[in-house]
This record gives sequence, C-alpha cells and structure tokens, in this order.
Amino acid sequence: MSENSEILVHVKDVEKVFRRGSEEIHVLAGLDLEVPIGEFLALMGPSGSGKTTLLNLIGGLDRPTRGSVVIQGERIDQLSDRRLAGWRARHVGLVFQLYNLLPVLTAERNVDLPLLLTNLSKADRRKHVETALSVVGLSHRAKHFPRQLSGGEQQRVGIARAIVTDPTLLLCDEPTGDLDRKAGDEILDLLQALNREHGKTIVMVTHDPHASARATRTVHLTKGQLSSEAIA
Amino acid sequence: MKFLYLVGCNLRRKKLRTILTLLSILIAFLLYGFLCAVKEALNAGVSIAGADRLVVRHKVSLIQLLPVSYKDRIALIPGVDAVEHQTWFGGIYQDPKNFFAQMPVEPEPFLDMFPEFVISAEAKERWLKTRTGAIVGRKLAERFKWKVGDRVPIQATIWTQKGGETTWEFDIVGIYDAGKKGVDTTQMFFRYDYFDEARAFGEGQVGWYGVRVKDPARAAEVARKIDEEFANSPAETKAEPEGAFVQAFAKQVGDIGTIMVYILSAVFFTILLVAGNTMAQAVRERTEELGVLKAIGFTNAQVLSFVLAESCFISGIGGLSGLGFAWLLIAAGDPTNGALPVFYFPTGNLIVGLILVVVLGLVTGIVPALQAMRLQIADALRRT
Repeated sequence: MSENSEILVHVKDVEKVFRRGSEEIHVLAGLDLEVPIGEFLALMGPSGSGKTTLLNLIGGLDRPTRGSVVIQGERIDQLSDRRLAGWRARHVGLVFQLYNLLPVLTAERNVDLPLLLTNLSKADRRKHVETALSVVGLSHRAKHFPRQLSGGEQQRVGIARAIVTDPTLLLCDEPTGDLDRKAGDEILDLLQALNREHGKTIVMVTHDPHASARATRTVHLTKGQLSSEAIA
Repeated sequence: MKFLYLVGCNLRRKKLRTILTLLSILIAFLLYGFLCAVKEALNAGVSIAGADRLVVRHKVSLIQLLPVSYKDRIALIPGVDAVEHQTWFGGIYQDPKNFFAQMPVEPEPFLDMFPEFVISAEAKERWLKTRTGAIVGRKLAERFKWKVGDRVPIQATIWTQKGGETTWEFDIVGIYDAGKKGVDTTQMFFRYDYFDEARAFGEGQVGWYGVRVKDPARAAEVARKIDEEFANSPAETKAEPEGAFVQAFAKQVGDIGTIMVYILSAVFFTILLVAGNTMAQAVRERTEELGVLKAIGFTNAQVLSFVLAESCFISGIGGLSGLGFAWLLIAAGDPTNGALPVFYFPTGNLIVGLILVVVLGLVTGIVPALQAMRLQIADALRRT
C-alpha cells in the first residue's frame, strides 16, 4: 500500500462481540484496517475468523461494539439507522455469495431496486439499468427472472445491482463461492475490470486463493485479528 | 407509487395463497353486507317509525283482537290526534312462497296516519269508491306485474268468508310509492268495511290501532292513558311507541342485532387469524430478501410500509370485492321472495364496512411489519 494513497476505509481499533444467551463471542478484537481509494482488497481467513463481520461493519450493515469505522471521512458507526440506510444507498454496492436477487423481479427490475431510492426519473433509471447490465454483459437477459438465469448470470445481475448507483465502495462476500471455476473466473474478471477500468474500490471476502490472487492486496484474518498481508 | 410494483410482485409470489386469502376476506365481507341488509330489513319499520305514533294492541299478544269500538274511545283521550286500525289478513297469492303482507284498513284515516305511503289523488278517489279496492306497493306490483284495474284473488288462511268461500277478490285501484327510504312497498291494503262484512267470524274486531299523538314529548303519557282507559276490560291494551312495537315484532325471530354481532365477530376473528397468519408467513419466508432491501439502503420505515401495504392491499381487494358483491346481490332484491320486503345495504353499514377493510389490513399487517422493520440486516443475511 502506498503511503500517499488517499484512505477510503479506516477501521480503527474495532471490536465486535456477539451475545448468545449468557455467552459472549468475541469475533473481532482491536482490529485496524485501512483501504485506499481504488484498491481491490481480498479478505481471507478460515470460517469464523470474522471476515463477513468486518465486511458488514465496513458496509454499515452492522455496528462495532467498540472502535470506529470511518468511510471517506465520515464516521458511519455513529449514524442513526435512517441516515446509515441513506449512506448505504449512496455509497455502497453489495455482492452476495448466493446473489440474493428478488425472485419475483426480472433482472432489470432487480438492478433497478437501488435506484428506487433516488430521485431519478423512470427514463433515467432505465438508462442506468441498461448501462449496468451492459457493463456485466447481460443486456440480452434483462427481461429474464433469476430462475431463468445460470448461477454466473445471476451473480452478474447482482454485480449490476451493486454498481448501478455508482457507489464509492463495492463489497463482495464470497462472490464466487457458489460458482464453478469458469463462472467464478468470469465474475473475477468482471470485478477486476471494475477495479482497473472504472476505479472502483473493492473489498472482497473469499476463501479461495485463486480469487484472492486477482486482488491488489490480500489480508488474512485469524480469530478476529489481521494476521498477515500480501500485496499483488 | 414506484414501490407499488414491488408490493404487487410480492403478492404474486404465492398466487394460490394470495387468492385463497383474498377469497376468505371476500366471503367475510359478503356475509357482512348480507347480514347488515337482513338486520335492516327486520328492523325496517323501526328506522321509519314516526316519533309521534303509538301502536295499541291487545295486552296478551298481537294475535288477540281488539274491538273496533275502541277507535272512538281512543280518539277521545286527551293528546290523541288521530286513530286508525289494521288487521293481519295472512292470505296467499297463488303459492305460499309468494309471501307478502295484506291488511284491511280504513282508507282515509290510514293514508292520513301514514303519509310515507304516497298515492295519487285519483287512486285515492278510486279506492274510496270501490269496496273491493286495494292499493299495492310499487315493488309488489312489479313483482307480480300487477297494474291498476287488475282483479287479484287472494286465498285466505285465517279469514274465510261467510259462505265458506276462502278466495277473496280485490281490484287494484292504486299503486303506492315510498315517501322516504326504508318504506315497505311490498304490502297490500284493502278496505276494512268490505272485509268486516264478508268475513265469517271476528266481526267488529281489529288487529291493532295506530295512534298519532299531538305532542311527541307526551307520547308516553298518552300511551299510559290509553291503557288505563281499557284496564279491567275483557280486552286490555298495551300501547307503545311504533318503533318499540316494530322492534318487538322483529324480535319474535330472535335478537337479530346481537346474533349478527356474534356471527360477524366470529367471522372477522377467523379472518384476522387467517390473514394475519398469511402475512406472518409471507414475511418469514422472505427474511433474507427484506435483509437485502435494507442492505441496499431501504429504511426501516420503508420496509414497514411495504409489509403494511401488502396486508392493506390484500384486505382492500378482498374486502372491497366482498362489499361490492354484497351490494350487487342485495341490489338484486329480497332473496326470500317477500319475507324481507325492505332489503338494501344501508350507507352507514357500508361506511363501517370500508373502515373494517382498513382496520383488517392494518391489524393483520402490523405485527409482521414491525418484525420486518426490526430485522437486523446481518442476522437476516446470515440465514441465507
């Protein structure tokens, strides 16, 4: 990581504790992480190491028990629920392992979902959706429902949904975890292109060293702490 | 408006479940409409009863007769403005299922007492000139396609004629209309003098008296005086306000209002459980999807609104269809061929029905909507 790079994500001394009955589970303990603008960061680690929890904290989907999460200078862990939802809509694109598309909506309607929260006109929304679907190479599948698409295609719709609002940050939770190697490679190609050609900052959780090799930097989490990092 | 599409899509997710829920709500509101119309029909006389009118009947029961001579004595009681009498005839036209009420009356006192029965001056004139003349309500005339000049045979079930003849013939001399909403236009009134002279028994007896008082505020006092006038006589009387009389008449078949409330409470409670369960299940099934919506920026309030909109939509479509069908079926007329002559969907009940539609939507949706609103994104996504 270059010392002069502008930091987009600043996770400082973060601790996350879950309670299960009377038991306390310390998932993250005093974790620090910085992600510069334009980086493609891979978060690796064994199951239960806290990768998804960290991703959720960066995406404002959850709040830390202690510490701070600052994105683009804004401390998101202190925002109200309502403001945090607004912040997510403007700044975060999320890609899930199991795509999480709404089965009752066509591909284009799924991609349109985040735009419903904007003030764009119907015509402008349509343009944005067409652009996002063309970026992921699925313009010809716009009218199809998720059940009519392959896993790789569904994930590409998921990525189109994540980028349609042109978010600051793209967060991917095991985006290739449910795909075969070929489809997984296509998704990784796409994420790499979004990072290199469109300058998207990406944080990707993965188990797969093959996937992490596409990132510009990889950090390993073990028992809630960063244990090592490698730069591509 | 742009979110409505999402609500519609969610309702189409499990079409059969949505349709069955809609149908159950539709049936509930159809039943509601019908019961309201039945209740209104049975209490029809109550709502149009004159505040200044009393009914005087035999103290023992309505089927005991009173002497016609009471008319003049009642008329002399201070506070009484006018008196008329009626008698239940109980005849049959062609077939017992063609039920409608027939009463012998004295035309002038009767029409004076009940201005809500509107007939033309010519018809009144004809009635006064024709001993066998009868006036019939508009609905009754339309039902049997009767017109002025027709001769109508009525088979007696109580009042045989002196020669043992059971068929009475009446000439239709006029058709009366309702002067206000709720007036029964399925009745037939004919002349008492013709009836009294021809009947084989009961001469000089009448069923009950209608009394108009000069001051409605003193109606109770006049009623008491009438009963005192005939106390200790062979035919003691019971005078009461017309509304109370009609209500008591309706209650002979039970307290319809209470029965209706019980039935509807049971129906709506069941529907509440059915629709509530449907909504709760619908929300449980898509916990992850709600989590995704929140993750991409939908606020808690928006998610709450989605679920409430769905429940209100189901309740709205089902409820409004039910009320609509009820209105159409009720508008088609009395389904009993005459037992419920005044049969309509009261506006007040319709408004209550519309309120119930909204309340049902909100009540069935509020718990799942709150659950959806409180859903933690990380928890919801973890279920995937």
